[in-house]
Amino acid sequence: MTKHRILMIFGSLLLLLLFIFPLWNITLEAPQYPTPLGMDIYIGKFEDMHPHDIKNINLMNHYVGMKYIPETIPEFKIFPPVIIVMGILGVLIGFKANYKWYLRWFVLMTLLGIAGMYDFYLWEHNYGHNLDPKAIMKFTNPDGSIMGFQPPLFGSKDILNFRAHSYPRLGAFGMFVGMFLTFIAYLVGKKNQKVNYK
Amino acid sequence: MLVATSLFFIGCGNNGGKEQKKGGVLGSNVAEKVYVAPGEHDEFYAFVSGGFSGQLAVYGLPSGRLFKVIPVFSVDAEKAWGFNEETKPMLNTSHGFIPWDDAHHPDISQTAGELDGRYVYINGNNTPRIAKIDLTTFETTEIIEIPNSAGNHSSSYVTENTEYVVAGTRFGVPVPQRDISIKEYKGNFKGALSFLKVDPEDGGMEIDFQILMPGFDYDKAHPGRGNSHGWFFFTTYNSEEANTLLEVNASQNDKDFIAAVNWQMIAEYVKNGGGKKMPANYAHNVYDEHTHQATSTMKKEVLVVNPAEVPGAIYFLPTPKSPHGCDVDPSGEYIVGSGKLSADVTVHSFSKMVKAIEEKKFSGEAYGIPIIDFEAVNAGSVKQAGLGPLHTEFDNEGNAYTTFFISSEVVKWKLGTWEVVDRKPTYYSVGHLMIPGGNSRKPFGKYLLAMNKITKDRYLPTGPEVTQSAQLYDISGEKMELLLDFPTVGEPHYAAGCPADLIKPRSRKIFKLEENKHPYAVTNEMDARVERKGNEVHVYMTMIRSHFAPDNIEGVKEGDKVYFHVTNLEQDYDVPHGISMIGANTSELLIMPGQTETFVWEPKQVGVWPFYCTDFCSALHQEMQGYVRVSPKDSPIKLSWSLDGE
Repeated sequence: MTKHRILMIFGSLLLLLLFIFPLWNITLEAPQYPTPLGMDIYIGKFEDMHPHDIKNINLMNHYVGMKYIPETIPEFKIFPPVIIVMGILGVLIGFKANYKWYLRWFVLMTLLGIAGMYDFYLWEHNYGHNLDPKAIMKFTNPDGSIMGFQPPLFGSKDILNFRAHSYPRLGAFGMFVGMFLTFIAYLVGKKNQKVNYK
Repeated sequence: MLVATSLFFIGCGNNGGKEQKKGGVLGSNVAEKVYVAPGEHDEFYAFVSGGFSGQLAVYGLPSGRLFKVIPVFSVDAEKAWGFNEETKPMLNTSHGFIPWDDAHHPDISQTAGELDGRYVYINGNNTPRIAKIDLTTFETTEIIEIPNSAGNHSSSYVTENTEYVVAGTRFGVPVPQRDISIKEYKGNFKGALSFLKVDPEDGGMEIDFQILMPGFDYDKAHPGRGNSHGWFFFTTYNSEEANTLLEVNASQNDKDFIAAVNWQMIAEYVKNGGGKKMPANYAHNVYDEHTHQATSTMKKEVLVVNPAEVPGAIYFLPTPKSPHGCDVDPSGEYIVGSGKLSADVTVHSFSKMVKAIEEKKFSGEAYGIPIIDFEAVNAGSVKQAGLGPLHTEFDNEGNAYTTFFISSEVVKWKLGTWEVVDRKPTYYSVGHLMIPGGNSRKPFGKYLLAMNKITKDRYLPTGPEVTQSAQLYDISGEKMELLLDFPTVGEPHYAAGCPADLIKPRSRKIFKLEENKHPYAVTNEMDARVERKGNEVHVYMTMIRSHFAPDNIEGVKEGDKVYFHVTNLEQDYDVPHGISMIGANTSELLIMPGQTETFVWEPKQVGVWPFYCTDFCSALHQEMQGYVRVSPKDSPIKLSWSLDGE
């Protein structure tokens, strides 16, 4: 089997790490939480970083009127089949198809990734801004607008007495590396093609 | 500016370190040695018994900071110990509910002769009991009453692998108890030495056997270790068997005894069916961490062994002048008996004892128990070391440290040569001393804690009753150095110390809600409710930041007995909630995350009565409150309650 086909198959299979490792993590730090509160986001579930973290995040957030982090969200039904289909598709392409399909697969996966991030942003925005009008504590920005508590999409940010961190985790890194490999596969495939023409 | 100043001080301290050893006392940086910076942890835990307070206080060393008072034998309104329905059975005895005792000798469990930091055992003196404190929760989880015993003082020491906890009687008493003239003491009263077998899994205790010794006073005890593992040593006084004016009548014999008991031999005898069961009545109280409740069981039988049945298991070692402390060095070779009315400290040798037994070097017998010839067993003595020697502990370099009550000092001496190396005053009238691990095979010879009975002028006066104290000495050098002097809870009778690293990682943070098996627990707010059974009303209540559910209750009537079963739904570290009800004839509850506790309220007046959270729990602690409406006895109002603010 040629090198680019192996790269394509291996790269696609790396997506499956998402079923084992978290995609993303949000961590909240504050002095009175010497062990920070954290939530791991998998493609199919939210999980405590330390036991009971989500419950404790909810308990804190209810003071400012934020909704409880739901047990499940519709995305958890959509993401896993999408990843499985893309994985299988990638492997099939790796075995059977022309290298040009590698790029098509890569572009499709990138679009899906961007859609996923945009969806995550929408959820976060809603979570941070859709506040209970009966909130115990109401904060306003200097311009008078109601203060939101949206965690950063990527990076670190101060939210009241907390510092929030939002970064990808091992599952996401597996996906990035896998996608990168499929792109390399495309380049190698293309190069081989040229060599063959000569 | 402030920063600059403190930097200057820190710099100074660091430089001072080396010079100080040369410079002596004047160049001392003592304060730095006990300074534990904010947010830093102490190196050692010290579990200091409260004597007549009945409790066990937890301090850090070297700072001397108090972290917690663990209620053991005395009720504690702060923690509802003995007040809530769950812990009342812990203080049950054959004499009924007893709200107090005199807590003396904490001892930490051991494995292979070294501290393992799992449990502390401690004795209640007055109504004889032994308690077990679990060092994952720092709570008392078991109390067992000791029958046929009185003044449970030569207790609660553990053997090298925590096979047994020992409980010896100080007072001779009739066994079994009966109506008999006190004048018939001699020969009729017995001194029971109880051996409590420990379950290696959970540290649980049961009385395996009691040795019915002659009616002397068994004062202090320690187990053998190393070669002497399998033996236990008890000091005795009142070998005169006096029953009145003991201060004179029990001080007549030139020598009393250390009783050497081969417990392995007797345990074997008992295992093979030896001994006899006699009727008894004693309470065994166990607290279950999952049901969050204690149960008290009355036991009706105890197995007793007469020393004559097991020849060769018990010997008396003559020891001058009413010996008090009975301490065994880390190697297990030396048994130190402190004749409290003497100026000398007597040391016996285990290997000499074994040889003397083989060669039958006996100078007589008492009630059939051979008395070994003094010269044949004595290893030496520390001569004229001070006045009134009481207790000895050891470091890991062959030194022993003995307290002298009358001359108020700690004396350091060398094992084997018996020469005095150093002495330092205590302020005042020192009783016990403690070196972490100082009664194990592996002492941590860095600090020594002396516990004083009297302080007089040492602190700001507080009326006629002033604090007792503990004093910390640095013993890492040739000479001892007094570092710190701190007040204590109750009488700091004795202490057990342990490196923090053995205990800290296993300390519990919360109780898991899903493991809560309390019969009245409610683990989901939606299941909170109120039920009536005749005139009993049971409130299944939850608490979480920052509300109770239910928080409005109607339909309670005068003459009802209202049980508040309250579950803390929190699952976060250090978020307890409290609750109390106006007019409740009991204490508050202080409920840890995941725990359920119950208090009883018997409303006596019609009206609307509030309850509230008593532990400052959150930004909305003040809002954490509720009401109960109490109607007249014949009122038709049905039970109703509010959930979720509806």
